[in-house]
Amino acid sequence: MWRYFLPIAFFVLLVGFFLRGLSLDPSEIPSPLLGKPAPAFELPSLDDPASTVGTDTMKGKVALLNVWGTWCGGCRQEHDTLMAIAATGEVPIYGLNWKDDPAAAREMLRQMGNPYVASGIDADGRVAIDWGVYGAPETFLLAADGTVIYKYIGPLNFGIWQQEILPLALQAKEQQP
Amino acid sequence: MIPELGQFALIIALCLALVQGVMPLAGAQTRNRMWMAIGKPAAAGQFVFVLLSFLVLTWAFIQNDFSVAYVANNSNSALPLFYRISAVWGAHEGSLLLWILVLNIWSISAIIGGRHLPELFNARVIGVLGLVSVGFLAFILFTSNPFDRLIPAAMDGRDLNPLLQDPALAIHPPMLYFGYVGFAVPFAFAIAVLLEGRQGTDWARWAKPWATMSWVCLTLGIALGSWWAYYELGWGGWWFWDPVENASFMPWLMGTALIHSLSVTEKRGLFKSWTLLLAISAFSLSLLGTFLVRSGVLVSVHAFASDPERGLFILIFLCVVVGAALTLYAWRAPRMTSDAGFAAFSRESFLLANNILLVIATFVVLIGTLFPLVMDALGQGKYSVGPQYFAAVFIIPTLPMALLLGIGMHTAWKRDKWNRVSRHVRIGASLALVLAIAISLLAWDGGGVLSAIGIFAALWVMFAALVDPLAYLRKGQMRRMPLALWGMSIAHFGLGVFILGAVVTETYSVERDQALSVGESTSVGQFEFRFDDLRQVEGPNYTAVEGVISIFDDGEEIAVLYPQKRVYRVQQSPMTESGIDARLGRDLYVALGDPLGGNAWSLRVQYKPLVRLIWLGCIIMSIGGLVAVGDRRYRIARQDATARVPAGTARETG
Repeated sequence: MWRYFLPIAFFVLLVGFFLRGLSLDPSEIPSPLLGKPAPAFELPSLDDPASTVGTDTMKGKVALLNVWGTWCGGCRQEHDTLMAIAATGEVPIYGLNWKDDPAAAREMLRQMGNPYVASGIDADGRVAIDWGVYGAPETFLLAADGTVIYKYIGPLNFGIWQQEILPLALQAKEQQP
Repeated sequence: MIPELGQFALIIALCLALVQGVMPLAGAQTRNRMWMAIGKPAAAGQFVFVLLSFLVLTWAFIQNDFSVAYVANNSNSALPLFYRISAVWGAHEGSLLLWILVLNIWSISAIIGGRHLPELFNARVIGVLGLVSVGFLAFILFTSNPFDRLIPAAMDGRDLNPLLQDPALAIHPPMLYFGYVGFAVPFAFAIAVLLEGRQGTDWARWAKPWATMSWVCLTLGIALGSWWAYYELGWGGWWFWDPVENASFMPWLMGTALIHSLSVTEKRGLFKSWTLLLAISAFSLSLLGTFLVRSGVLVSVHAFASDPERGLFILIFLCVVVGAALTLYAWRAPRMTSDAGFAAFSRESFLLANNILLVIATFVVLIGTLFPLVMDALGQGKYSVGPQYFAAVFIIPTLPMALLLGIGMHTAWKRDKWNRVSRHVRIGASLALVLAIAISLLAWDGGGVLSAIGIFAALWVMFAALVDPLAYLRKGQMRRMPLALWGMSIAHFGLGVFILGAVVTETYSVERDQALSVGESTSVGQFEFRFDDLRQVEGPNYTAVEGVISIFDDGEEIAVLYPQKRVYRVQQSPMTESGIDARLGRDLYVALGDPLGGNAWSLRVQYKPLVRLIWLGCIIMSIGGLVAVGDRRYRIARQDATARVPAGTARETG
């Protein structure tokens, strides 16, 4: 009579996989940059186009690089979180202003506050291509030596910062020479 | 105020569904006829309120009420009225409401069609349908309310996904849902049989028309989706083995097995527990499909807003429904024994083979669909399963099935002799063999052994399906041929037509991607395509670049095609509208690719022989199903049931 239990047994097995599957993101692709030196760039700064922002500016400290644009709804959504992270003073946040109108970008920062130490203007999106960005917002955590430690796709919230990013950042700071 | 009425109607519908789900089942258990009788009016009331709610949402779309979040997200004031109405089911919340409406339509039909069934049995069927409805109404009210307000209201809507602004896709979801959801009725029959411990097999005859009708709708729904993908996605493919396609294909395969298995149970009283399992599985796979599509556990081209919370809800619902059904099955099915036997060479054996092969085919699709999920869950990394796997593995069960089908159709129940059957099929077999070899050698270029076998299988099935109608024709008794036999012959002929189209299209299509400037031409086979002009076109809510392409066959102009590249204004997404010159024998297909600067564009030009037969075959199959449902047997079944009601009730209540 055990064969009549086969269907339910098979179903229970499937449900187990589905439960696990719900907490996984099938479209999440691990960044090939993890553990590797960040692709070098140097861009005009949003605040002062005469000066530049780039991998050289960020070197020497653990830092966040946040890809954003005024056209991106998710970026506006995570803006408060970025402001809060900036207020903690744990790590400096740099911005990559991606395919945007600099005037509109400056206006948005003036209205909503500016969490960035500096933002680079990536008008034609070349730097974003080097970094493997395929949608804003994306956030990278960089070690002092410029290695990419972590990448987050989508709007940040404070929980993710506290539970996932901050521990990694603190660890990286300890290892800092 | 009106949208709130819609939500309120849904809440009332949920209450009525609870009554419909609980009272008749409790009444059947305690033999309380009053409780059992409550099911029908509760179902009728539920239908009215669900319909009201659906109409309210439709009204919000027609009136451009952008204070309703769902309308603001999926419509726009520039959207034509036809698409404003089809936008009602253009995204998750509304399509769920459509699902519930369709379930209610099936429930009402089952109640009307089943009014002659034994009271006790019918009460349980109504109760099970009510419980399924409770699950979906709770799902929509708690996780996906289409009437949520947007405050302040949007000035204008974000427009319907441009992919869905197409006539075929406007009717594809309702058709598909009628198929998916229809399997709830045979499911409810199966549960009622198991709950009651019903002996005898009269239920198979009652369930068969419902299973067949659902199968007809599902066949047409899938065919519509495939046709749409063919001309709208711009690749010229007709099936992609995408998870969402597979989600609809698995219930179809299982439903096909169910229809055949029901025949055996109905005619010979065999395979009882197996048929019940298939009835449960077909509906379970429909629910599973819903879960896979809405939960975001798989990557798919279908951009349903996926949401883990919704996923969890459906998973719990799936566990309750399928878990309970399969547990009941494990408990009660062992009692469903049958004592009749059959010889190795008999209709029963062939239908058993059909069932086993269809179930294997379902597993092939299921494994391919879930493989990425399983590997990810086991921490084995990211995988994707491509069409290569499906194309290679899927023919392993389906080719033998097609070959056996031609013989099985003409084999008698219980016991038969090869000598007798072979007389019916050998002419068709020889003819198919000769034609398959001739076609492979003479028509088109570059076929192989496998495609020759495929063409043989297709012709073999078509010819085998003609045997019965021809025999009746020879006797001059066409009118006396039973509708069920007509249905079977037509549906199997349709399957053959489908196989022919699929094999020939896959083998002999010619495809060319070419950069062309205005004035230049390219050729595919004997056809020459000349890029004549490029112009701007303004649609109601899009702007498009339209190519003008003249096609010449041996220097003679046979068609002018106007493929478009549209950009929809609100969502700014580019869409391909391919230009197709369709004939029964072949399609000529042109799609605009990307601008290459100046007047040059990349063009995709294709020659697709017999591609129309793919969808024509599906339509013929559906007609076969419809004809079979009209058979006298099912009408007599109703009279029988009426006649037997007093006795039946007495036995069951006694």
